[in-house]
Amino acid sequence: MALHNILTSTGDWLGGDGPHHQIVVSSRVRLARNLGNFPFPGWAKKNERLQILEAIKPQVELLPEMSDAFSVYSQDLSALEKQVLVERHLISREHAAKGLGSAVVMNRRQTLSIMINEEDHLRMQAIRSGLQLKSVFKMIDKLDSLLEERLDFAFSPQLGYLTACPTNVGTGMRASAMVHLPALVLSEQINQVIQAVNKIGLAVRGLYGEGTEALGNLFQVSNQTTLGEKEEDIIARLHKVIEQIIEHEQNARQMLLQKRPNTLLDNIGRGYGILQHAYSMNSKEALNLLSFMKLGIDLGFFPEPCRQPVDELFMETQPAHLQKGTSQKLAADERDSLRAEIIRSKLAAFPKPSVGSGGPGNGASHSSAN
Amino acid sequence: MNCDACKASQATVFLTQIVDGKMQKVNLCEACSKEKGVTDPTGFALADLLLGLGAAQEMERGGTVQKCPTCGFSQADFKKTGRLGCGACYQTFSEGLATLLKGMHKGTEHIGKIPARALQSIQRDSQVRTLQRDLRKAVAAEDYESAARLRDQLKQF
Repeated sequence: MALHNILTSTGDWLGGDGPHHQIVVSSRVRLARNLGNFPFPGWAKKNERLQILEAIKPQVELLPEMSDAFSVYSQDLSALEKQVLVERHLISREHAAKGLGSAVVMNRRQTLSIMINEEDHLRMQAIRSGLQLKSVFKMIDKLDSLLEERLDFAFSPQLGYLTACPTNVGTGMRASAMVHLPALVLSEQINQVIQAVNKIGLAVRGLYGEGTEALGNLFQVSNQTTLGEKEEDIIARLHKVIEQIIEHEQNARQMLLQKRPNTLLDNIGRGYGILQHAYSMNSKEALNLLSFMKLGIDLGFFPEPCRQPVDELFMETQPAHLQKGTSQKLAADERDSLRAEIIRSKLAAFPKPSVGSGGPGNGASHSSAN
Repeated sequence: MNCDACKASQATVFLTQIVDGKMQKVNLCEACSKEKGVTDPTGFALADLLLGLGAAQEMERGGTVQKCPTCGFSQADFKKTGRLGCGACYQTFSEGLATLLKGMHKGTEHIGKIPARALQSIQRDSQVRTLQRDLRKAVAAEDYESAARLRDQLKQF
């Protein structure tokens, strides 16, 4: 399985068809594991890292789930290819910086991805569209159980799975959901929500994890703690909180429709106008405007067939995705022109937002797709 | 002056706190200070924890062992990276880590998944311990018949 096949197919989780997919973009669970008799990757010497890699990689490739896998050593991936995988959330930014001694194995559907010698010897993740944390956990848990039959994981009866960073010790599990919350941002309630979520031991981060900006009104909500709680309980707790966040976002949308329809329509209309007519656009602006298009579709201002092209643009306008079709590296201004061009052509056939004959005040009647 | 957390941006938030008579200073950029939740002085302990600055101090206070006998990792390395060297480090630095883990997590004991292999050996260990205890009791009670039986059972492990 070659990388370009992976890159040309969008992958299952980008299909956007899971439960609550309008607000929950994706659900993801990752497990951190280490071999018992080697130092962690950050402390291991080069030859040890190579030994670890050769002990793990063949076992991962033997898994039935990986029969059609794409498996590659980090040094055999170009910087651009790595960046594409980062944008698809298939490898971490940290893993993209690795060279000799690391590898990544992922299935063709791009729902399972296993990083070898990232911060831990194994970082295994499952990702699916919409809110389905339980089934995503089951996917990765099954894989973990199969692997542990063949590999001796560092485990302490008291502390659980031992990880390089003490913040992951115990279950070694980080479960997260990516949520799209434009109405909570517009109505300035987002900080309250973030604070409330933080208080109960969950973290809220930007699009690409720790220390990144919440571009496009996209946020990642994940568990903060890994020790002293069962995997199933962490998942259930997170699931409940995400359901509440969905409800808050839906309420905020209804509030905006009823109380501030002009603010809402202004953002959606400007998004539509600029995206359809701009000739230069950076990825930050693109994500933020696309977010309002997505909201417009959710609220029924655009017909449903507009959804897929917009969802695709979220990914296709990212810097590395933009360049994967071009033969040479583009400068920032060239990327911005290309980005605007791709967006214009995709949005060319989009109808104007349908706000009803009675003006924006009637916007609420179009909120059928909730 | 650059931010202590991301090392990239200009630091604009300067925190000073005195803990046990020692002064600690942290310089953060605006983004990192927000992310670490440093909005008031009481939030500092959290920032400290997340940055791993206080972590090493916690370890110095708690533990006396300087290097992990298995992998050679030291407390200074932990202070620098915020990561441990190998699985055995958790044992080596257990005293210092205990405080750290307590502040970081919901509990101090793992109650989640146990790998099948470990489960077998954990069960075996506990069976062995039970037999050894019973054997000691039997010997103390001069019940040599039971003691012989327990000794034979222990031999099987």
